[in-house]
Amino acid sequence: MTRWPEPALVSKLEDPSLNTVDMTVNIGPQHPATHGVFRMVLTIDGEMVVDCEPYIGYLHRGLEKLSENNDYRQAMGYWDRTDYLAGMACEAAYCYAVEKISGVTVPERAEYIRVIMAELSRINSHFMFLGAFGADVGSFGTSFVYAWRERERIYDFFEEVAGDRMFPTYIKIGGVAMDLPDNFESRVRWLLGSINQGLEDLDGLLTGNEIFVERCRDLAPMTAERAIALGITGPVLRATGIPWDIRKAEPYGVYDRLKFDIPVGRQGDIFDRFFVRLSEMYQSTRIIEQCLDQMPGGLVLNPDLPKTLRIDNAEAYFRYEGTKGEYGVYAMARGGNKPYRMKLRSPSFCNLSALREMVVGTYVADAIIILGSLDIVLGEVDK
Amino acid sequence: MTFGDPFFGYSWLDAIIRVVIVVLVMTVFVMYWTYGERKLVARMQMRLGPMRTGPYGLLQAIADSLKLIAKEDIRPAAADRWVFEFAPYLTFIPVLMVLAVLPFAQDWGVRNLSMGLFYVFAVLGLNIVGIMMAGLGSGNKFALLGGVRAAGQMVSYEIPLVMSLLSVAMIAGTLDLDAIAAMQHYRPFILLQPLAFLIFFTAMLSELHRAPFDIPVAESEISGGYFVEYSGIRWSMFQLTEYASMIAWSVFGSVIFLGGWEYPKGGDWGWGWQLTLTLIKSVVWIAAIIWVRTTVPRLRIDQLMAFCWKVLLPLALVQLLMNGFILVYDWPQELLFVTSGLGAALLVGIIIARAIRRPKKTSGLVGTYRQVQGTPV
Repeated sequence: MTRWPEPALVSKLEDPSLNTVDMTVNIGPQHPATHGVFRMVLTIDGEMVVDCEPYIGYLHRGLEKLSENNDYRQAMGYWDRTDYLAGMACEAAYCYAVEKISGVTVPERAEYIRVIMAELSRINSHFMFLGAFGADVGSFGTSFVYAWRERERIYDFFEEVAGDRMFPTYIKIGGVAMDLPDNFESRVRWLLGSINQGLEDLDGLLTGNEIFVERCRDLAPMTAERAIALGITGPVLRATGIPWDIRKAEPYGVYDRLKFDIPVGRQGDIFDRFFVRLSEMYQSTRIIEQCLDQMPGGLVLNPDLPKTLRIDNAEAYFRYEGTKGEYGVYAMARGGNKPYRMKLRSPSFCNLSALREMVVGTYVADAIIILGSLDIVLGEVDK
Repeated sequence: MTFGDPFFGYSWLDAIIRVVIVVLVMTVFVMYWTYGERKLVARMQMRLGPMRTGPYGLLQAIADSLKLIAKEDIRPAAADRWVFEFAPYLTFIPVLMVLAVLPFAQDWGVRNLSMGLFYVFAVLGLNIVGIMMAGLGSGNKFALLGGVRAAGQMVSYEIPLVMSLLSVAMIAGTLDLDAIAAMQHYRPFILLQPLAFLIFFTAMLSELHRAPFDIPVAESEISGGYFVEYSGIRWSMFQLTEYASMIAWSVFGSVIFLGGWEYPKGGDWGWGWQLTLTLIKSVVWIAAIIWVRTTVPRLRIDQLMAFCWKVLLPLALVQLLMNGFILVYDWPQELLFVTSGLGAALLVGIIIARAIRRPKKTSGLVGTYRQVQGTPV
């Protein structure tokens, strides 16, 4: 195993006879703060972190290889298990990529449905972040339960629409699996009201809290240049001040018809990341409202789809604004009904690469919330 | 017979009977207070709390106790055997010793010491030894971190705590807890010393490892801290300690600042009302602790220390000095309230002034999409 280069030591006493011995603390894979099966080995000098070595792979399921062994329709079931907090968004990304190489068109109504589902997934995932981050900072589960109420409602709604809560496989190549229930619009509007209420609650609980702000402000700031150099995307990048959002930069679906702002931070510290995510959720509710207003009638699935989708030589890279950042799907076909190669550029994995340089030199307690602020999902990191 | 007289005429028999009563009542109270806390926290978190065992989950406390007693007592191979096994007792015994001097009503206590106040914080300071032993003896790094954190934190916060108690003791002119309570017949000391009360409450939270000072037992960082390796009955000893000391601190604090069994009308209406007063005050006190716990996140260890040494301690010292001037030169007692009130206003003002610098609304940072030079847009 290759070791990281030795970092600058943080606090060594002047008198060498009083020097302390560094201690190695293993945090994870079973630890309340690691959000899944992530493991980081911290070398600590008292309370200061001297080194941090992340270990991943505990949740590796061979998504890419599995996709090659299933046809295009079947493979989708593995993709919503990457970012399992936003299954709908991952399915949409996969479908967009396959549609890009196959040239299958999607009815307009289905595009709107996809946007609504993806934005609800984004809200869902960010709620998870807010709740878990509050718990990381130490608010004894209150933020967690507040977030959970809205998440339950969103999952209930997914169940009504698609028949499944977390992994609905609702979005299909060429559209979505079935049309929406009759009371859809009133249901979504009620849901948006509830989400806004939950956001207000969490905003009041965390953003206004002196201790919370004190813990997060000016901690692990990241410059825009460094973030770009590390390939960081999503809210973590936007917190550094760069309004890079694929929904605006390379609009897919019907995003070019929708009005929304990109929240950006000022200095890329932990608080900005939190703030950007919170603001993004308000923007997502805006997007969903516009979708409800604009949504046309008609089919939700392309009627000209062949029974078995066969794609000749083609390859494409589709970038999708996932909940954690740029969710890139590289699809390659060499004939037949199965993909020749599928590749996931997972945002959590790339964002995680910034962990070590942010953690070194902080306190143990800070290391936990820095990890929390990156908002990784292990299903996506380990694929 | 009043309750000040010894039962059955023998002093030693009387002491044993009183100790047994206090310990039994305390254990049952602790058992049910865990239930009360869970219900209260659940209420604040939009949950129901325990509902399945008995009506409204009322038997949950008993089920939990039985489970803990029946559970296997595991000692890790890396643990230092004797240190590990004696640590829970050493944390628990000081709390029991404190219960011996607390006045629950006039003359209702095991014994009333003329140095009661001094005795309480002298003895409560001892349970740090048990916590350190648990941290060192467990052979676990999380436990070690928790033990070291607890040591630093509890030793630091004891100083402002003692200072705030001293300022009350100066006014009362005695260390006798019964006498201090009896002095608050017309007005509780919180009205004379609001700053001391704030400092006491904050430092008490820290001594109890309660949020926002639950750094030694931080679940999300060191997964439970010094008692991470304990299980079964030994773990429940730590739990019992935590709740018993919470009760001890709340009775103690309400005697010092809220008038204990005396205010209002305690001396006039008899022991039934006095016991009710003690019960109400301590329950409200503990509920406040839990309310804080569910609301605020955790401080970091350096922020915790800075708050103690840079804010609480100077304020406590200044108050002590002002009290000295007022009492020595025999200035009117209202000045006590004025100076301490100013200090309290300063403390609250510092916090509010820091708080208003933060962004108020989430919309503050929302920018519209724009092209930024030198970025990959």
